Amino acid sequence: MVHFTAEEKAAVVSLWARVNVELVGGEVLGRLLVVYPWTQRFFDSFGNLSSESAIMGNPKVKAHGKKVLTSFGNAVKHMDDLKDTFAKLSELHCDKLHVDPENFKLLGNVLVCVLAHHFGKEFTPQVQAAYQKVVAGVANALAHKYH
Amino acid sequence: MSLTKAERTTILSMWDKISSQADAIGTQALERLFASYPQTKTYFPHFDLHPGSPHLHMHGTKVVAALGDAVKSIDNIAGALAKLSELHAYILRVDPVNFKLLSHCLLVTVASHFPADFTADAHTAWDKFLSIVSFVLTEKYR
Repeated sequence: MVHFTAEEKAAVVSLWARVNVELVGGEVLGRLLVVYPWTQRFFDSFGNLSSESAIMGNPKVKAHGKKVLTSFGNAVKHMDDLKDTFAKLSELHCDKLHVDPENFKLLGNVLVCVLAHHFGKEFTPQVQAAYQKVVAGVANALAHKYH
Repeated sequence: MSLTKAERTTILSMWDKISSQADAIGTQALERLFASYPQTKTYFPHFDLHPGSPHLHMHGTKVVAALGDAVKSIDNIAGALAKLSELHAYILRVDPVNFKLLSHCLLVTVASHFPADFTADAHTAWDKFLSIVSFVLTEKYR
């Protein structure tokens, strides 16, 4: 189980309060599909993913990105209880979506890159470290119910 | 996996900006590495790794200089980094997993310093470039 210090929690929560979940969600999912094109395998129904501009402008990508990041926001509210928080989603990703958990790590790291991109200097090494713990915790929680 | 012409152009054009802040970028990437992945400090028992330490600055500069060598010979990264590849294989023997961690921290550092340039395509180009560098540096491990 991941343990967060009070400082880490404060850093994560205060930055997250300033994240535009709709905008950042689309950015994160878009970049996942651009930078790691093999992840497009899960999104055959999304239409045009043929170029960076197609992907980043795709309304289905933006909508789904918002959904994913809203769920991630739940992690920020339950940092001490990630496994329980994501138990149902874990089952979904295994049984229905058939997503290799490696993809959770990829998405987590893309999220960190996007936060660095948006917040610049404010995204200090310490803030990054706290977020790396969160994304690792979420990735583990989402993989926890796999069988 | 190799770089497209467009990706090479992206890297070369961003490199000018990056190299003008080489010391800061290298130092910060290492700070991020040691903060997020404390197990990587095990390779530096002989260094003072506190932020601001001259060791960090010196080593960060070294790392970015080596990346610069790879950029300058972007069509032959294996040739440019041959000596470093041997160093990592026979002397340093850094576990291969750590190259991904440092690559990620370099990406984060570049993203935070160059918001206008770090488009999704540039992100891809740098991720690929750093993957190639990592591959070259571990190529002789066994």
